[in-house]
Amino acid sequence: MLDLSQYNCLGEALRAALDRWDDQVCLIEADRERENVRLTYRQFKQAARPVINTLQGAGFQSGSRAAILMTNQSKWLISAYAILFSGGVLVPLDYKLSPAEQLALLAHAKAQVLVVEYHLWRAIIQSPEFGSLVARTVLVTEAPASADLAGATRWEECRDSREPRFIARKRNDPAAIVYSSGTMGRPKGCVLTHENYLEQCIALTSLYPFWPGVRYLSILPTNHAIDFMVGFVGPFVCGATVVHLRTLRPEYIRDALARYKITYLTVVPAILKALEQNLRKRFADLPPSRLRVLNGLIGLNRALTRGRPRVRISRTLLKQVHAAFGGQLRALFVGGAFTEPSTLQFFYDLGIPVANAYGCTEAGTAITVNDLKPFRADTVGKPLPGAEIKILDAGQDGVGEVAVRSKTVMSEYLDDPELTAETIVDGWLRTGDLGRIDKAGHLQLFGRVKNMIVTEEGKNVYPEEIEAAFEGLPVKEACVFAANYVWHERKMTGEQLVLVIHPEQGGRISEEVVAQISSRNRPLLNYKRVGGYLIWEQDFPRTASLKIKRMELAAQIREKLGRERVVPL
Amino acid sequence: MTTLDQTTEEILELAAAHFRVPRAELNPGDDFFTKLGINSLQALDLLTRLEQHFQIELPDYELQGVSDFRTLAERIQSRL
Repeated sequence: MLDLSQYNCLGEALRAALDRWDDQVCLIEADRERENVRLTYRQFKQAARPVINTLQGAGFQSGSRAAILMTNQSKWLISAYAILFSGGVLVPLDYKLSPAEQLALLAHAKAQVLVVEYHLWRAIIQSPEFGSLVARTVLVTEAPASADLAGATRWEECRDSREPRFIARKRNDPAAIVYSSGTMGRPKGCVLTHENYLEQCIALTSLYPFWPGVRYLSILPTNHAIDFMVGFVGPFVCGATVVHLRTLRPEYIRDALARYKITYLTVVPAILKALEQNLRKRFADLPPSRLRVLNGLIGLNRALTRGRPRVRISRTLLKQVHAAFGGQLRALFVGGAFTEPSTLQFFYDLGIPVANAYGCTEAGTAITVNDLKPFRADTVGKPLPGAEIKILDAGQDGVGEVAVRSKTVMSEYLDDPELTAETIVDGWLRTGDLGRIDKAGHLQLFGRVKNMIVTEEGKNVYPEEIEAAFEGLPVKEACVFAANYVWHERKMTGEQLVLVIHPEQGGRISEEVVAQISSRNRPLLNYKRVGGYLIWEQDFPRTASLKIKRMELAAQIREKLGRERVVPL
Repeated sequence: MTTLDQTTEEILELAAAHFRVPRAELNPGDDFFTKLGINSLQALDLLTRLEQHFQIELPDYELQGVSDFRTLAERIQSRL
């Protein structure tokens, strides 16, 4: 098992790895068929020096916060290392958010440094909220020579390559602030400590080890806690190679798997489904005789791998299928949203084990993962080493809210002691997800108790965040719910947001109001749109400070109205 | 030189054919996620088809914050 006990912080563990693995390749950045960057650990260390010196020269010090706003690429990891080496706190931001949302999170995190790709920076400086930028130092990557950077510094012009000063942190110091949501409402900045990351790294690599020669294809955004761990920290401390691909198109993912002989890959269910559809189509196009042979081999592989994966046998039996994946793939990880068991089974039967996992940013990424001993398509696996799970308020069928206790659980939500106290109770993190632990110790998920939806691309959407879009409607009051939060349905797919309207008078709203709702709904990002509205004719229950008592309102609605009363938009 | 209107028209025709939607049902201001009933991966697939059609390279980030045909046409037009 990986021993990280001698390290107190991520910067220290990564610094030691760069020295230890020296001439091994640590990072490859590809864009379609082109290879942009290939760095050894030694070269990575040299590439980081000018960035470190620029940060420290700008007054960056122990505990300073620096945000990264980039797609997956080599400069993301180099910048992250520079921040951690300088004793900083990393604030990875979602590049898919709007500039206004990104600026709001930068302000919430009080980030004094921003490292950002040019196309994202261009959108920020053009946004009306640009004046609210709090970061004093901005490093912009890949800007065209003639671009106006609005006072920012070019990342590529950081040139001071002297040996920089390392700044150590303690295990319980914050390493990163990762936003799990809260872009328009109440920001949820998960404060993850160095200990959280070091412990998560030990736990994950104990099940799925990295070593020099392993190649991890990083396509989930590195701003997500999971890719930061398995697409950076884990491979680096073990001397493995991270491959970045600057496009998410399935055809290039397939190409990269083969070209770089990838060992591990993490995907969201939507990408796994696209890979499955492509393979099924290719199988369907085979001549009938070859298809019969293939189906026979798949059946044989299924029988031989019932108890555990047997990679060599599978690669021999289904040589061509494996060759299309590069021939070295040991496992695919999937998480972030619900995956159809049939999809998981499809890949497993081909000898490509898919480890279905479950986690959340608050728990420092993964909580459970399938250990493939044996493969189970119907669960999200067993708790990681060092993690305990229990089911709160379980019904007769054993289903209740999943709670987790582990050294990987965040210390708090940034600047929100109230929400922290609601979420971490007596040392147990309440996940808000509904689950049951079966006799084999596997966790099965059934839906959610919290007011939230998850898209098939793994996006968490909190209804409260959507409400701002409907402020000022000519109605008495309005709020947004996840439909499953109001009408408890044990399902993991087809989740929907519902706008609850309390009209000014009478039980109806005019066509004009409906048109207003539609026109406010339309510009929202597709996964943030409400699917319908519901008329509710009573006052919303509220606290003394006039906040909506959401749980109470949801219960009142559930009692009086059925889901069929939602009017689709 | 192709005009923005021509580019928009070509995008609408291509999207209609690719996702099997009657051309007459698509308008420049439409949200293509809703109108075509597609997710972000399928939108990237559309981007690949547009690259082939216009013979240009469109990085994934050109879809960033874009959900209507007209804005997509503007992004493509600037690269023609």
